[in-house]
Amino acid sequence: MDVIWQGLKEGFMLILSLDQELIRVTLLSLHVSLSALVIAGIIGIPAGAFLALKNFYGRKLILNITYTLMGLPPVLAGLIVFLFLSNRGPLGDFQLLFTPTAMIIAQVLLGFPLVCGLTARAVMTQQQEVYDTSVMLGATRTQAVLTLIRESRIGIIAALTTALGRLIAEVGAVMMVGGNIQGKTRVLTTSIVLETRMGHDSRALGIGIILLLLAFIIMLIILKLEKRSFKDDSTIQII
Amino acid sequence: MKRLSNHKLLALLLVLMLVVSVFAFTGCEKQAAEEPQQEQITETAPVPENPQLKLATTTSTQDSGLLDAILPVFEEKTGYEVEVIAVGSGAAMSMGEAGDVDVLLVHSRAAEDQFIADGFGVDRQDVMYNDFLIIGPAEDPAGIKGSTDAAAALLKISETGCTFLSRGDESGTHKKELAIWKAGTCEPSGAWYNSVGKGMGDTYRMADEMKGYTLIDRATYLFNKDNYSLEPMVEGDPLLFNPYGVIAVNPEKYPNINYEGATAFIEWLISADTQALIGEYGKDQFGQALFIPDAK
Repeated sequence: MDVIWQGLKEGFMLILSLDQELIRVTLLSLHVSLSALVIAGIIGIPAGAFLALKNFYGRKLILNITYTLMGLPPVLAGLIVFLFLSNRGPLGDFQLLFTPTAMIIAQVLLGFPLVCGLTARAVMTQQQEVYDTSVMLGATRTQAVLTLIRESRIGIIAALTTALGRLIAEVGAVMMVGGNIQGKTRVLTTSIVLETRMGHDSRALGIGIILLLLAFIIMLIILKLEKRSFKDDSTIQII
Repeated sequence: MKRLSNHKLLALLLVLMLVVSVFAFTGCEKQAAEEPQQEQITETAPVPENPQLKLATTTSTQDSGLLDAILPVFEEKTGYEVEVIAVGSGAAMSMGEAGDVDVLLVHSRAAEDQFIADGFGVDRQDVMYNDFLIIGPAEDPAGIKGSTDAAAALLKISETGCTFLSRGDESGTHKKELAIWKAGTCEPSGAWYNSVGKGMGDTYRMADEMKGYTLIDRATYLFNKDNYSLEPMVEGDPLLFNPYGVIAVNPEKYPNINYEGATAFIEWLISADTQALIGEYGKDQFGQALFIPDAK
């Protein structure tokens, strides 16, 4: 119990101390995970919508593979990216291994199936009426499809928050392709692993608190944005 | 009606998978638990009062395969079951400080002495030593190959600004590296100095990718050298020797720990037979011993 208490205390001390090293680590965590989320979103949302709306041969199989990859182990994603970027790998000439770029690539690999799969689910739950109504009101095909996607935004935002949660908490991939180099590729989660390995349990807990706070703040922002786009009709009144 | 039964069938299949996996798992455990019992019947080894012995040790003893080679002998002889927790020396000692383990096999002499001075450990014995070497890319941009002066070699690396990888995890190897920097009165810092905070195997892999220099223990080096292209640069400096010690956690601090088992383990480890076993380990595979026994 002492260690936990000590960790909580140390965590808040760490935040108050504005430790240079820790600020850099926190910023890099944000940079990597948010970049990966944005990229995964930019390609994942259209891909998910396409899978939901377009009927073509092999669609079921691709959907199934996407759902399976939602559970892709981060270490495996890291290993795959590592092998590609390694000096012996096909992309070795770019010298990307052990850079933040490599970490973003690995995290996109993790985030994309989540965003794509959950977006597909969200769009699929929309009713035919939404499309029909838009067309009836004079929308073109493209406009009607965009309306469908817009109507799915609760599900899509859920997809993005889920992906962000996975990315910011993930350690296996960034450890492997980033290398946890101090001042270069060390992020919050790899710091926690390192501090634990060194026996600094309370410091590890402290960094964990910072990580959770960070996630909390980001979620708060996302939810605020979500609220704004819904006015007040998003809550169900139970009478 | 047919659709419904289809759904039911699928749901049933999922539940079945779950049930089977649970049973298979507990079945495995049961089997694992039964096997040693059968062995004990055939043996004459006395079963100790508390047969669970928790050993915290460095990753190097486990990764080199030494523990796998010698621990079964101990378990067979005494009836103890050793649970190995392989971490860095620093983490091993803080587990000892918390009373979470019974005995330590570590290599970080200064920290070991501090551990005992603080009253956490008793009965320290020398067990063996291995040595470190500095490895680097074949092109050797720092020009240190063949040197036997580790401190001067590191100094040269820092002067030429060649890529160097440090474990950076307060492990015995990391502390050794810092001691060598100190011996050359150099404070390493700069973009060329990469503190990676990883185990030895991972650091080796990274150094190979980055074509950098690093300090490595001989066992890990010999085990992996065929996979990587880095070559030995500096070896044989007495500064590079790496003594291992075994320490029992102080039973006066933590009455619940298995001090009896720890004592049996230490006595066995420094016995002539075991020392000979340690001295032989690795010879058939690498043509040289990985650890040199030195118990008094």
